[in-house]
Amino acid sequence: MRALAGTVRTELIGLGGVVERNIYLTRRYIWWDVAFMVWTIANTLTIVFIAKGIEATGGQIDVNRATTTLLIGAVVWAYLGIVFEFMTETVAWERWEGTIEYTFMAPLSRAMHLAGAGFFAVLYGLLRAVILFIVVAFFFDLEMPNADFLAAFVVLVIASLSFIGIGVMTAVLPLISPEKGAQLGFVAQGMLLVVSGVYYPVEVLPTWMEWISVISPATYALDGIRDAILLGQGLETMWDEIWPLLVIGVVAAPVGLAIFRRGEQYAKKHGKLKRSG
Amino acid sequence: MSEVVELSRPVPAVEVVDLRKEFVRRDKKAGRFARKRRAAISGVSFTMQRGECVAILGQNGSGKSTLVRLLSTLLLHDGGSAHVFGHDVFAEPRPVRKLVNRVSVEASFFKKMSAGENLHYAARYYGMGPRETRVKIPAILEKVGFPAERRTEPMENLSRGMQQKVALARALLTSPVLLLLDEPTTGLDPRSKLEVQEFIREVRTSHDSTILLCTHDLTEAEALADRVGVLDRGGLLFLEPVPAILERFGVETLEQAFFAATGRAFEAEVDDDDDREVFA
Repeated sequence: MRALAGTVRTELIGLGGVVERNIYLTRRYIWWDVAFMVWTIANTLTIVFIAKGIEATGGQIDVNRATTTLLIGAVVWAYLGIVFEFMTETVAWERWEGTIEYTFMAPLSRAMHLAGAGFFAVLYGLLRAVILFIVVAFFFDLEMPNADFLAAFVVLVIASLSFIGIGVMTAVLPLISPEKGAQLGFVAQGMLLVVSGVYYPVEVLPTWMEWISVISPATYALDGIRDAILLGQGLETMWDEIWPLLVIGVVAAPVGLAIFRRGEQYAKKHGKLKRSG
Repeated sequence: MSEVVELSRPVPAVEVVDLRKEFVRRDKKAGRFARKRRAAISGVSFTMQRGECVAILGQNGSGKSTLVRLLSTLLLHDGGSAHVFGHDVFAEPRPVRKLVNRVSVEASFFKKMSAGENLHYAARYYGMGPRETRVKIPAILEKVGFPAERRTEPMENLSRGMQQKVALARALLTSPVLLLLDEPTTGLDPRSKLEVQEFIREVRTSHDSTILLCTHDLTEAEALADRVGVLDRGGLLFLEPVPAILERFGVETLEQAFFAATGRAFEAEVDDDDDREVFA
């Protein structure tokens, strides 16, 4: 029992080490992150302005509602981008710096290593998502009288387990293809969101894409967050969104870890861990 | 607790038997999509006792770094076996990782982070909490001769010699019982080189470490190691104390012994270097 407690303690310290490292790196690159945040805000504005644009060109829409719908989609897109970026960088950045061999030869379990990367990604992503939402919402002077922001936040946190699981699957790509693997994380992000109704209801998708949307956690995250912010629904009425998120999360995390382990074995078999190989 | 029991057994620090590692590479001569298997390590066998320092000499591409990576659990083997203090390197990598650390030719760090930051997070991976590292990191940096006032400076501002000292500190921070040194002084200026070598000597006397030193510096190998081996094209030609090597080949220097064993001068590049550079 004491040995188990010691192992758990060691693993948690290791998890904390991954978070600590990412805090150091974020601090060192803080001005780059601020610049990236400005780009994210600009990018979000280009999407959210579409609602006003439709009205200006004669379209009949509820601008406030459409703007909020687009804003939620854009914030989830940005959040997913950050989570996937951090997960993919778990390997890509370390490989570039040459530290990956030291990380992979440390006695920290891969599950805790990736959990640490995921934990920081979620914390940082949530912080950015909240800032992005507030800044853009003020920009449009949006009215959200019934919004249950806490419920929306909780839905995003629950969805994060699935996002980390999928992020771990993408994190393995730089191990297999050191040159181009990291960029495939963006492909995964786009594929996930296009079938999940990021800026539109999934009902407008072709049937085959609608079927895929059923297994995408982003579908339920977007539905839940929109229900909470636009309709003011609380968590107690959102079980239809929450249970699929929990199920997908419970499946995606171990599947992601298994895929990562296979990738790690491949890299160790073919000598892909070292920087120049 | 179980590790202490394991360590108290009279097992060799390192036991490598008929170890083999191959890589699949493009065969430019045979066609665009042709592949060939090249042996990076072929049939290497040796044993190291606890507290021993063994140097493996070899030219670029001889397989030295592949051997270190195999023992560090960073590569999977294609045959044979390797044990570190009785633990199978490939079947039980986690206990091996607790016992081993490494310094390589490249002092790999997050360049924007400081020496202190790099050491702090790395120590966490070995289960060292903040209370422990707050004391140990300044002490170990002082021991390797790293100036206290530069601890918060980004690594990219430090010289290669300084970076290599931090790399040594990182390896020793986790108190490894097997230290793998892969060309730790390559590219250093003469003064830094001597400092690092002196520190390796000190580690041998003050820490209970077994050291495998891979190098292409003949003088360094002779000065630091109890036994010296030559790895040539993936094969270990011999591993003996220097006097025994000189006597075996009837020569006066290790360089002459290398020539006698391989038919090539030590400084000469191997002729299939293009194929072998990936194993370096």
